[in-house]
Amino acid sequence: MSELLLFKDIDEPRLNTLSVYEARGGYAAARKALAMTPADVLAELESSGLRGRGGAGFQMGKKVSFLPQGSMEKYLVCNADESEPGTFKDRELMQKSPHMLIEGIVIASYAAGATRSFIYIRGEYVHQADILDAALAEAREAGYVGERVLGSEHSLSLVVHRGAGAYICGEETGLLDSLEGKRGNPRLKPPFPANQGLYQGPTLINNVETLSTVPAIITIGGERYAKLGVETSTGTKLVSVSGHVQRPGNYEIELGIPSRELIYDLAGGPLPGHEIKCWFPGGSSAPVLTPDDLDVPYDFDSLAKAGSMLGSGAVIVVDDSTPIVELAMKVAKFYRHESCGKCTPCREGTNWTVKMLERIDSGEATPMDLDIMASVQDHIIGNCLCVLGDAMAMPIGSMIAKFRDEFEEHIEAARARNGAAVAPAADEPLVHGAH
Amino acid sequence: MTFVPRLPDAQRASGWDRPADLEKDPAVVPEPGSVEVPTPLRSEIEEAMARYPDRRSATIPALHAAQDLHGWCSPQAIEQVACVMQVTPAYLDSVATFYDMLEQHPVGRHSVYVCTNISCSLRGADALLATVQQATDGEEEFNVRAFECLGACDIAPMASVDGVYVGPLQLSDVPQLLDDARAGRPVLPEKQLATRPVADPHANSREFPPHAVQEGKP
Repeated sequence: MSELLLFKDIDEPRLNTLSVYEARGGYAAARKALAMTPADVLAELESSGLRGRGGAGFQMGKKVSFLPQGSMEKYLVCNADESEPGTFKDRELMQKSPHMLIEGIVIASYAAGATRSFIYIRGEYVHQADILDAALAEAREAGYVGERVLGSEHSLSLVVHRGAGAYICGEETGLLDSLEGKRGNPRLKPPFPANQGLYQGPTLINNVETLSTVPAIITIGGERYAKLGVETSTGTKLVSVSGHVQRPGNYEIELGIPSRELIYDLAGGPLPGHEIKCWFPGGSSAPVLTPDDLDVPYDFDSLAKAGSMLGSGAVIVVDDSTPIVELAMKVAKFYRHESCGKCTPCREGTNWTVKMLERIDSGEATPMDLDIMASVQDHIIGNCLCVLGDAMAMPIGSMIAKFRDEFEEHIEAARARNGAAVAPAADEPLVHGAH
Repeated sequence: MTFVPRLPDAQRASGWDRPADLEKDPAVVPEPGSVEVPTPLRSEIEEAMARYPDRRSATIPALHAAQDLHGWCSPQAIEQVACVMQVTPAYLDSVATFYDMLEQHPVGRHSVYVCTNISCSLRGADALLATVQQATDGEEEFNVRAFECLGACDIAPMASVDGVYVGPLQLSDVPQLLDDARAGRPVLPEKQLATRPVADPHANSREFPPHAVQEGKP
């Protein structure tokens, strides 16, 4: 690792307080940015090539530029509802360096012309929300947030808003509904939040890590930032590695390093005596990859080319001790629980997938059920307002495709255990005497 | 007011299978001052409403505050919030039933959320949950439940005890964990997430002394 941008000094005692953060050069980037024009700040962000760290990987600078110009009230919302299974990077940033996030919000809101901002933090992060509240009070006191920030023309209000436990509120429009005080149901897009978001106003929504990276970009310059990483995935990224590895945790990597280096060198590889069976490269919503894919570079486009996605940057490693059906069941049950119920394909699809997996486990299924289950996944993808259903369909679909043999063995074993007859072979007609 | 139980193992749309009582008029927005609201709760909700351009944005903070006072989103709690926020109780119920952290039934004072999502279950969360449930069986003080990913897979298997994250937990840690919670002491100080340095060996974490321990809930 050549350069740490986010994890530099991360464990310094009391880095969460203003005095220590300032002593480490904090808020210098905000001063620098406020002395530039908003257009110049935006140009820096665009030239950095920074892609959103929340999951979709959309270019941040471009997103900011989508906000309409004009004097209407604009909003900036920081998505801190980090609930994608396997992801815990934002937690580390908010807990240890909350001022970096606040500074990023000050700069990004200046570039976007937003005057009201919110941090929507998941309700479970009690400690982190308390720390953010304390940091915000200090920042307000010091004039970094409020009327005429640091004597400039830019004014900004910031509110830390605690959620109450719902995965769907990490989806940007579900988050907006939740922030407006409703059930967190996603909205139809378009209109996109950049045009009609919070309180129907133009809204910029960014992940904690994306916004926390902004001060570093202003400090070192967008062009230098773009030299880190690879061409279409610039910069450094926090990766949360968990599951069956020896040293689970957050690692700051330069995008584009081989995935093997991340899993084996940094996270210590699988537990002694075990082999990797599969791994999720970007949270539980990403299609699983196999050990054959370990040499794929860890960046947005390479992982997409390998048939998966970088998502939120959460690597979950699963070793050979876990049956694939058990893993699929965990994934499916999670999405069933978290489906908001608004769109039928997701509400019913997640429910039926769980039921079919239960059939497999109890010995009531035949191999034909795997095809039905795969087709259920196909019918969810792209047919809902948001991608929660897709987020189940993609990993489950990939598990069926890549571990079909194991699914079939599981079906046969469960049937045998159940005392049922062995499933008919594929070439035998299912209905006898039909010809 | 009717109270809507959460479906045991299905989606959030609680109450969809129950007929509406057509004889009854829907509850209306309570007249201001018609419901007695404890002053600290009233001022907390009013402060929350003042933070947003639209007072309805304060719904979740207000329900959190009422739950802190009443222990759960009881009909009384909902009515008090409805009175201060000037919204219908049904609107508040619709929100409260959507979110996992807003309780629909009376629960124990100490919450123990055991994460049973993928990374934690790969490291033994299901056995951990069973052990905690067994150890607190019959104790009304505890609200033990399985929770979806709590965002601490680095300390899997883990639990959030009154909001304090602890892990990685062994089954043998459970008695101590519960004792600490009962006594209001800091829960398993040596296993608290708050004290952990980042895993990244390139970060200069090791040069620094450990972070402070979080207090327990009295």
